[in-house]
Amino acid sequence: MIEFKLPSLGSDMDDGKLIAWHVRPGDAVKKGQVIAVVDTSKAAIDIECWHDGVVHELITELGQTIPVGTVMARLLAPGEAAPVGAAPTSRQRVSPAARQRAAELGLDLAHVVGTGPQGAIGLEDVERAAAPAPKPAASAVSAASTPADRAAEMRKSIAAAMGRSKREIPHYYLSETVPMGRALEWLRTANAQRPVTTRLLPAVLLLKAVALAVRDCPEMNGLFVDGAFTPAAAAHIGVAISLRQGGLAAPALHDAGSKGLDELMRDLADLVKRCRAGSLRSSEMSDPTITVTNLGDQGVESVFGVIYPPQVALVGFGRVTERPWAEAGRVTVMPALTASLSADHRVSDGHRGALFLARLRDLLQRPEEL
Amino acid sequence: MSTRTSYREALRAAHREALQRDPRVFIMGEDVGLYGGSYAVTKGLYDEFGEARVRDTPLSELGFVGAGIGAALGGMRPIVEVMTVNFSLLALDPIVNTAAALRHMSGGQYSVPVVIRMASGAGRQLAAQHSHSLEVWYAHVPGIKVLAPATVADARGMLWPALQDPDPVVMFEHAQLYNLEDELDDPPPVVDLVHAAVRRAGSALTIVTYGGSLPRALAAAQTLAADGIEAEVIDLRVLRPLDIETVLASVRKTRRVLMVDEGWRTCSLAAEVLARVAEDAFYELDAAPARVCSEEVPIPYARHLEEAALPSAPKIAAKARQMLGR
Repeated sequence: MIEFKLPSLGSDMDDGKLIAWHVRPGDAVKKGQVIAVVDTSKAAIDIECWHDGVVHELITELGQTIPVGTVMARLLAPGEAAPVGAAPTSRQRVSPAARQRAAELGLDLAHVVGTGPQGAIGLEDVERAAAPAPKPAASAVSAASTPADRAAEMRKSIAAAMGRSKREIPHYYLSETVPMGRALEWLRTANAQRPVTTRLLPAVLLLKAVALAVRDCPEMNGLFVDGAFTPAAAAHIGVAISLRQGGLAAPALHDAGSKGLDELMRDLADLVKRCRAGSLRSSEMSDPTITVTNLGDQGVESVFGVIYPPQVALVGFGRVTERPWAEAGRVTVMPALTASLSADHRVSDGHRGALFLARLRDLLQRPEEL
Repeated sequence: MSTRTSYREALRAAHREALQRDPRVFIMGEDVGLYGGSYAVTKGLYDEFGEARVRDTPLSELGFVGAGIGAALGGMRPIVEVMTVNFSLLALDPIVNTAAALRHMSGGQYSVPVVIRMASGAGRQLAAQHSHSLEVWYAHVPGIKVLAPATVADARGMLWPALQDPDPVVMFEHAQLYNLEDELDDPPPVVDLVHAAVRRAGSALTIVTYGGSLPRALAAAQTLAADGIEAEVIDLRVLRPLDIETVLASVRKTRRVLMVDEGWRTCSLAAEVLARVAEDAFYELDAAPARVCSEEVPIPYARHLEEAALPSAPKIAAKARQMLGR
């Protein structure tokens, strides 16, 4: 029997409220399939299953708020037989009072829909079924939290994560000016051949360059958990996305290093859209191995970010501006941006951080290879 | 005519009244005299009534509780204060083996009219040796009456009738209640030691509780009311013998019962109350009976852990919503 537990979708998540089950007992599920929707302080998240199997029992009830790690459902592993005598969902639950009332009314419980906990038939369900003119079913939608509540919750969870980061992580900060002339020129040429809808944004070059740079500096890309650093096999880049109602989320752009620029552009556009619509997948919330923030869009020259634990590094990009540029004994005008690195000194030293930024700068000078 | 009074002041007034009305009454316990009581309940009574009637004892629960029981056998009406229920475990032998049993063992020839008071409960960061709720240990034992005043009126009114009881009475004062304030009528209301009290009327579910959990249950009921869920809140008041009829009458109306008990869940008073409901009102129930109890750990010192271990208004409200499928 496999226990399916509510995953932690980030260090700032303590609990979640179940909004929907997408599966029922008896359904076969595949690894990666979305099986539930859980509301967190950030958004309603599609929760993916991590195992192949067959749903045996759903434990968490709709509307219930449960801590991370709570067993939400039990699955049978492929080939596993259901335990004998344990078929908790096969018998319709009926409260004693409802059963007695149904007997008095001569009502067949098979035709009554249960709305109580775990689908139990309650007294009200019996009365409703027996009423001559059935009233429209009461709306099952629970009182949705107001946007103001959501904003306050998000503020609280950001406060918790960032407070923890600054308490636990000894940050060091480095910055480097990156000439962007070649990259922007290459982008102009590349976009000239593309229809408007598939044009590449400079952000895609930056993300891809980060994903490639960490290959040479694996101590920037991974998680620090229980006193030990584990480098990640791939670069799942958390993209900081500010939300319209305030606050932000940094969901993962999976394995950005192995994706082509066009694919990355599509994925980025999709991620931003779904993030703002509040429909992210659980793996996107829990997988990031390094975060990129691009406050240049907001007009600042440089940004020194706070690392999102348990990650160990955050790369910041400022605005691209034209600057006087001295090169080979001449001064020219060069579009450039400031790239910064906030990194965890428990895992890496400034020397490695400097190599990382230098590598990042060099990669952006050869855009055709990205 | 009523006056704003604290639970502590109400208890003190009850002690003064007892000392004035009956010359056989005296108070004994650790620091009850010169210091005025660990929770300041007896403050000023030593000066007013003298050392013969407000007696400091050595730090020996076994000794002074035994002495109190002996004094009761000898015709006095002692009020014995034990600092906390945790410490009272040292005196379980005289309470359970002597005070509770003597009437039965002597064929009714002896009675032990002692009142033993003690603080119980957590919430003040006093850690595992000063914070437990062991009311059920005493409520388990035939031969003693167990009280849990949860309101200012009960704090004022329960002591005198307890002293009139010919058998031993154990009275639990939740330490978080001492600063509770409420209007108290003058003259104070006469209370009985028989009935549970409906502290809030409602129709959606019955929340049963006692002692320090009453304010939390009422707070939860208020939260639920904002969502249109009207909870009835019952204060047991007397933990032995239980007034189960009041609980059953409420459950027959609401058809759902949730017990809030600061004791640990396993073998708790909540277990007893819910078993009685299941035995006597099974066919009235429209949802499985539910409990909110303390987590099964020695009460932690750290504030956040202590809070997490105890029943709270949000936990109670969440459980109530779950029972209603809301």
